[in-house]
Amino acid sequence: MTERPPLLAIDDLSVVFATEGGDVHAVDSVQLSVAAGETLAIVGESGSGKSVTALSVLGLLGGNGRVGRGEIRFRGENLLNLTESELRAIRGNRIAMIFQEPMSSLNPVITIGKQVAEPLTLHRGLSWEDALSEAAELLARVAIPDAAERLNDYPHQFSGGMRQRVMIAMALACSPDLIIADEPTTALDVTVQAQILDLLQRITHDKDAAQILITHDLGVVARYADRVAVMYAGRIVESAPATTLYANPAHPYTQGLMASIPSLDGTPGKRLDTIEGQPPNLAALPPGCAFAPRCRYARPACHQTAPSLEKIGPDHQRACYHDDALS
Amino acid sequence: MSPPLLEVKDLAVHFPVTEGLLIEREVARVRAVDGVSFAIQAGETFSLVGESGCGKTTTALAALRMQDPTGGSVHFDGEDITQLDDDAMRPLRQRMQMVYQDPFSSLNPRMTVRDIVAEPLIVHRWGDKQRIESRVGELLEQVGLLPDMIDRYPHEFSGGQRQRIGIARALALEPSLILCDEPVSALDVSIQAQVINLFMDLQDALGLAYLFISHDLSVVRHMSDRVAVMYLGRIVEIAERDDLFERPRHPYTRALLAAVPVANPAAAAGRDAEMIVGEVPSVRHPPSGCRFHPRCPHALPRCAIDMPELQVVPDASTRVACHLLDEPESSGGN
Repeated sequence: MTERPPLLAIDDLSVVFATEGGDVHAVDSVQLSVAAGETLAIVGESGSGKSVTALSVLGLLGGNGRVGRGEIRFRGENLLNLTESELRAIRGNRIAMIFQEPMSSLNPVITIGKQVAEPLTLHRGLSWEDALSEAAELLARVAIPDAAERLNDYPHQFSGGMRQRVMIAMALACSPDLIIADEPTTALDVTVQAQILDLLQRITHDKDAAQILITHDLGVVARYADRVAVMYAGRIVESAPATTLYANPAHPYTQGLMASIPSLDGTPGKRLDTIEGQPPNLAALPPGCAFAPRCRYARPACHQTAPSLEKIGPDHQRACYHDDALS
Repeated sequence: MSPPLLEVKDLAVHFPVTEGLLIEREVARVRAVDGVSFAIQAGETFSLVGESGCGKTTTALAALRMQDPTGGSVHFDGEDITQLDDDAMRPLRQRMQMVYQDPFSSLNPRMTVRDIVAEPLIVHRWGDKQRIESRVGELLEQVGLLPDMIDRYPHEFSGGQRQRIGIARALALEPSLILCDEPVSALDVSIQAQVINLFMDLQDALGLAYLFISHDLSVVRHMSDRVAVMYLGRIVEIAERDDLFERPRHPYTRALLAAVPVANPAAAAGRDAEMIVGEVPSVRHPPSGCRFHPRCPHALPRCAIDMPELQVVPDASTRVACHLLDEPESSGGN
């Protein structure tokens, strides 16, 4: 799968937010790529920079955020060099984004039909009538029952799972090459989560699109991702094919995460391994490796310079000085 | 044998749906909890699981009399507390406490850790100032907070530490039962394990019983002795942990377990058989018969008509509400 040229390649990306307390480096030296037909999961906890990485691809950082350095190449073109109107033509058209909370992504006073149909008139130049019937078709494709009759409904008349299906229908409207889904099922029940993620997976395969799935759930990653990038405090600490990452996690943070989750096939009742300490404060990161204060392998060098991402196996990279962390 | 710590029989919580501005009249009833029975023994963890709207939180609140049941009975330590008024409940409140989901909104931001943890002790006139002071110190140590944190405010703590403060407050009056409503759901993955371990250590040390509510089945399996699965206000299956997770009987329990992604890429295969379609219907208009029948892959004609009662499964502690158990060829089949 890595033989195909990447559809999206992020190189040495750094994102800085200006805050009252000084600059916060939310994303630092991030490097990742995703090819058509592939699902890349970005895993991390709150504040790890996984969402900011995605938002910077779409140029949606907001007023106080800026890209400090790096490149984001989509089909070979650096998105950071585009004007806002050039970017708008790509966003929602070639690259679609699905957010965590579908209620706040939909306009509560506009009918579902209108919200799905409108981008079709803008991006694909369809007449209003054609756009509406296409909207009904799209809603049916994401398994909304009686789709045509529900075009005149408002978002509050849909359940959380249905609203997320509407967001997916909108994302599909222009057959995007890349779908970025940021915690798309965190607000949903587990049976609905399975339906939504299966749907996204099927679409990615059928359309030969690429998917970036942002999540904190290692179970979701195992089931749906081809490759995984693990982020901690704004940096990628490990990236690998999913099967490799679960079989041989090589970064102490990844290892700690894997050991700390109770699982349906673990031993119930036994003490869980924990990662001691607290997640880092991005505004006051220690020098060196951000994970060092919580790492059981840490030695003096770790507190001085942050290790860079290095290849340790086929398509397997990690940012860590320790050979003894490798099992 | 001593009576269970908490025993709930045929519990019902119905909410009236009213219309009319000046003269309200009842036009419908939402049967949020309908005929739920279970018992919790001292020192055990009993979990209620199910999807949003299944009634698990309402059930738990009614069982602790924080919500008035509209039917059924609640016994605490052998005593019928179903009809007790607030005054009569007050001494019992000390023995049942609660830990909330969101450690960010459940702590008063203007109170220091000392004030938060001491509050229940003061309200219940537990002792003089000096005794309370030393009790607070003891509680902080018990939940793994440092003594010098006592004068800080909630915003100075991370999510995991705030949850520890909430746990210290719940422990203050030496309860026998703690209702834990999604207590680790809002925490980062690396912090969840710390808090789960704390819950289990405290149970070992203090003999606490937990009524545990979670949508995360991996956490439930890890923590529980027994588990009840709820769907639209009713228990569909209740069993010892291992029976439930290794031999789930109800089609809904199986679907729920199949939907949980396991953190192991090799385990993803072969689950499609149990996948269910559709979403949980509105509790205002529950389906006839078995409330799960419209989504059930094995539904029989009678499932749309008769509501199945919980019945004992031979050779197991499990009780299941499903007509399939009466069909010899399909019972327990996979």
